[in-house]
Amino acid sequence: MSPLLKSILSAEFGFAIFRVMTPLLFAAIGVSISSLAGTINISMEGTMLISAFVGVVVSAFTESLVLALLAGVAAGMAMGAILSYFHLRLKADIILAAIALNLFASGITVFLLFIASGDKGSSSSLKSLVFPELHIPLIKSIPVLGTIISGHNIMTYGVILAIVVFYIIIFKTPLGLRIRAVGQNPDAAESVGINVNRTRMWALMLSGFFGAFGGLYLSMGYVSWFARDMTAGRGWIAIAAATLGGYLPLGTFLASLLFGAVNALAIYLASLQFPSELISLIPYLATVIALTIYSARALKKRTHKVEEAKRVGKITEVKELGGSS
Amino acid sequence: MERFLLKYFTLIRVIIAIAIGIVISVFLIYLISEEPGFSLRSFLLGPFLSRSRLAHVFETASPIIFCGLAIAVAFQAKQFNIGAEGSLYLGAALGTAFAVSTNMPAFIHIPLVLLMAGLAGATWSFIPAILKARWKASELVSSLMLNYVAYFLGLYLMNFHFRDKEAGYLVSYELPESAWLAQFIPDTRIHYGIILALVFALLVYYFLYHTTTGYEIRSTGFNERFARFGGISVFKVVVLCQVILGFLAAFGGMTEVMGIHRRFVWQFSPGYGWDGIIVAIIGRNHPLLIIPASFFLAYLRVGGRVLNLMSDVPAEMITVIQSIIILLITAEAFLSQWKYRVTLRQAERGGAA
Repeated sequence: MSPLLKSILSAEFGFAIFRVMTPLLFAAIGVSISSLAGTINISMEGTMLISAFVGVVVSAFTESLVLALLAGVAAGMAMGAILSYFHLRLKADIILAAIALNLFASGITVFLLFIASGDKGSSSSLKSLVFPELHIPLIKSIPVLGTIISGHNIMTYGVILAIVVFYIIIFKTPLGLRIRAVGQNPDAAESVGINVNRTRMWALMLSGFFGAFGGLYLSMGYVSWFARDMTAGRGWIAIAAATLGGYLPLGTFLASLLFGAVNALAIYLASLQFPSELISLIPYLATVIALTIYSARALKKRTHKVEEAKRVGKITEVKELGGSS
Repeated sequence: MERFLLKYFTLIRVIIAIAIGIVISVFLIYLISEEPGFSLRSFLLGPFLSRSRLAHVFETASPIIFCGLAIAVAFQAKQFNIGAEGSLYLGAALGTAFAVSTNMPAFIHIPLVLLMAGLAGATWSFIPAILKARWKASELVSSLMLNYVAYFLGLYLMNFHFRDKEAGYLVSYELPESAWLAQFIPDTRIHYGIILALVFALLVYYFLYHTTTGYEIRSTGFNERFARFGGISVFKVVVLCQVILGFLAAFGGMTEVMGIHRRFVWQFSPGYGWDGIIVAIIGRNHPLLIIPASFFLAYLRVGGRVLNLMSDVPAEMITVIQSIIILLITAEAFLSQWKYRVTLRQAERGGAA
């Protein structure tokens, strides 16, 4: 067997996929929940960065994991709140405001890191804590499966839980119903008495909530320090994963798994002198293709409905529909 | 006075946002610096205090102007294509590949290389454009993804096919001298790219505000339904404005390669595409205002570097200030109460403002 195939088929590779996937999936859930409300949150890169930083600093100064977790999550939700304030109240374009927030996070974390530790590269001089690893009894002694699914950081199990929570929020709570209603047709939602802005604010804050966990995992699990711009594009990849997954729980999970697998593969291939660049670009290309297919189908469905309505004589003319007129 | 306020309200808002940003930076410096006076001076005056620093402002501004123009054309049509970075990177990589593989006299080599890079960038941004126009696929997401694809393709091309193994670090072969843009001010690296940037700013201004197609682009951005109703081909506008974006960004990236580095040196994407978004926001998507906005951003950057070098304040303060300025400028409702009150007072007085 070739060394490449051997390493891909190993249990360690399966373990690596979950490890790499964890922060992506947290952030992708965040993007999904905001997108369902019709306000795509592209500030995940910044949200994760802020939470990663706050978690490390708070854990270093208080020596408490619980406080670090709470502070990190609060910071993430604050990012969502700031974004919603600027977008909903001050009428800023959500894309541009989110780009500004990413910039803000990138700058402020290094700025404060320098003040807190005197170092601008990483927080290695601070004694910060990490979340524990969980070795599941019984399962860990199963030969291959045990290696793959036991011994992960507690956050990796947390992200599976997060998918379930995401599902419950979206499909089983009144807030979830409102979020979907507002996302599909804000005017219709408004007309039945739903407060569109308030719903969107909650969606954006929830998106910050989930993103925060991704950031905390990066600096307190994946590695045990904060480094400048350590999210390294994961917030953007999360947007890809969420889009590819159609903003739905299972889809987002599978898409993140795919991105995790491809990234883990790229890491392996780079060590084998294979042009890893060509592997690394696959998930992004796949996203563009998936997005196009998804949009084309949605467009066809809409056009079909209009044709149908015209046929039965409900409307006579539709001017503003379709891109190819 | 009030009439003046209303007429230039948008511009005044931008200036107020910038002023607030500067005030916050002064506050931050006084908060953390041991010698705040000295730090403040190096930040605000530093860029003007030496020939090389001042030159650096011009060198930095040049590719940013190109990217700002690129973004402005697309944003004017409300197409949120953020793929300038990818077009710039891949366009410059392909332009470099073309330049090092060909040999001809400079007067033909220079325009040809720039054109090749520009066309490569335009072709690249045609992808999100056609996906949007034909199937309504979000250009924001697809252009963002294509940035990564462009980055990895460019990197692959440079590292595996055009890498100069004698250079000792990861760079491409050096461009032949016939494809160099001359540096025309002695002892600086200011090159003809800045002249080209200014020329293109005028061209884009003329295009957007004095041609039919430019009018169609702006109308589509203003109100797509209205534009469609008025007989404008929105399909054409959506494709064209993004293709222009790719062309301008790649062209600008190539001038940087030909004028400053003379090799392809970017192991990481240089970020000019993102800077382009910043200056397009500050310049309110107006081609001529992009010029001062780019110089302002370049000034902040150089000031930040001086601050970093000379004092105990980290340069990242600049990033924070930039983000606050952008947030305030994009917040349409910021100061709108004030405008409303002024308008009301004018109306009550019966002034025809």
